[in-house]
Amino acid sequence: MTYSQLAMTALGVAVLLDLAVLRVRLLRRGAFWTAYGIVFFFQLVTNGWLTGREVVTYDPAAILGTGSIPFVGDGRLAFAPVEDLAFGFAMILLTLDLWVWWGRRGVQREPVADGPWSRRYRPELDASGAGRERPRRAASARR
Amino acid sequence: MTVCGRLGRVLRLAYLAMLVFVLVTTLPLELYLGVRVWRRLRRLALTVLPVTCVFLAWDLYAVAAGHWDFHPEQTTGLVVGALPLEEVLFFLVVPVAAVMTLEAVRVVRGWPVGDEASPR
Repeated sequence: MTYSQLAMTALGVAVLLDLAVLRVRLLRRGAFWTAYGIVFFFQLVTNGWLTGREVVTYDPAAILGTGSIPFVGDGRLAFAPVEDLAFGFAMILLTLDLWVWWGRRGVQREPVADGPWSRRYRPELDASGAGRERPRRAASARR
Repeated sequence: MTVCGRLGRVLRLAYLAMLVFVLVTTLPLELYLGVRVWRRLRRLALTVLPVTCVFLAWDLYAVAAGHWDFHPEQTTGLVVGALPLEEVLFFLVVPVAAVMTLEAVRVVRGWPVGDEASPR
């Protein structure tokens, strides 16, 4: 099989695992698509680095493109073959599915996020209640 | 050429630098946002290692079939079997970064992902 065929197969398998086998169904969650959007951006940057500099090179017979390496076009986006997007999506979806799957089974659901920034976003994480007051104090200090 | 650039060329760090970039840019999520992903090492290993195995198998097949190849002068030269060390590390570093991103979104937006103790 070519890389194009394998990439589409992996994409289909990952979607099937998410919706029907593991039934984690991250594809229906806004949190997943937001996280994927962020990962997608960084994939373009890091994979663009690898493919634009030709750290990784591809056999034209295995991909949609003809072997030229434009920024956009000839089956490429940010220098990388579009197949890499399906490859990346399948890998990210499978990873996050497994993470949530283990969490559902009670494997290290804790400790949940509780760093200084997360206390600012979600004061209820701070058992002492101090986090609830902190933003207000900061606001009054500015005044 | 800058000193950094020359050193990078000599040490063939192009690929390794990219992995360091991913690790460094996601580290604040652990240290400041407190996503507690590195703290949940067992769950992280159970999540990442199966993915690493599956995608490394694909990678080994792809290299054997000639689908893609690695520039010998832009990788350190350290190898694991038929693959550059960096390529193996890629399949550990990137899934970890993805988990950290999902946990960061959960913290900042408060959106559920499906493993919450009480379904929201």
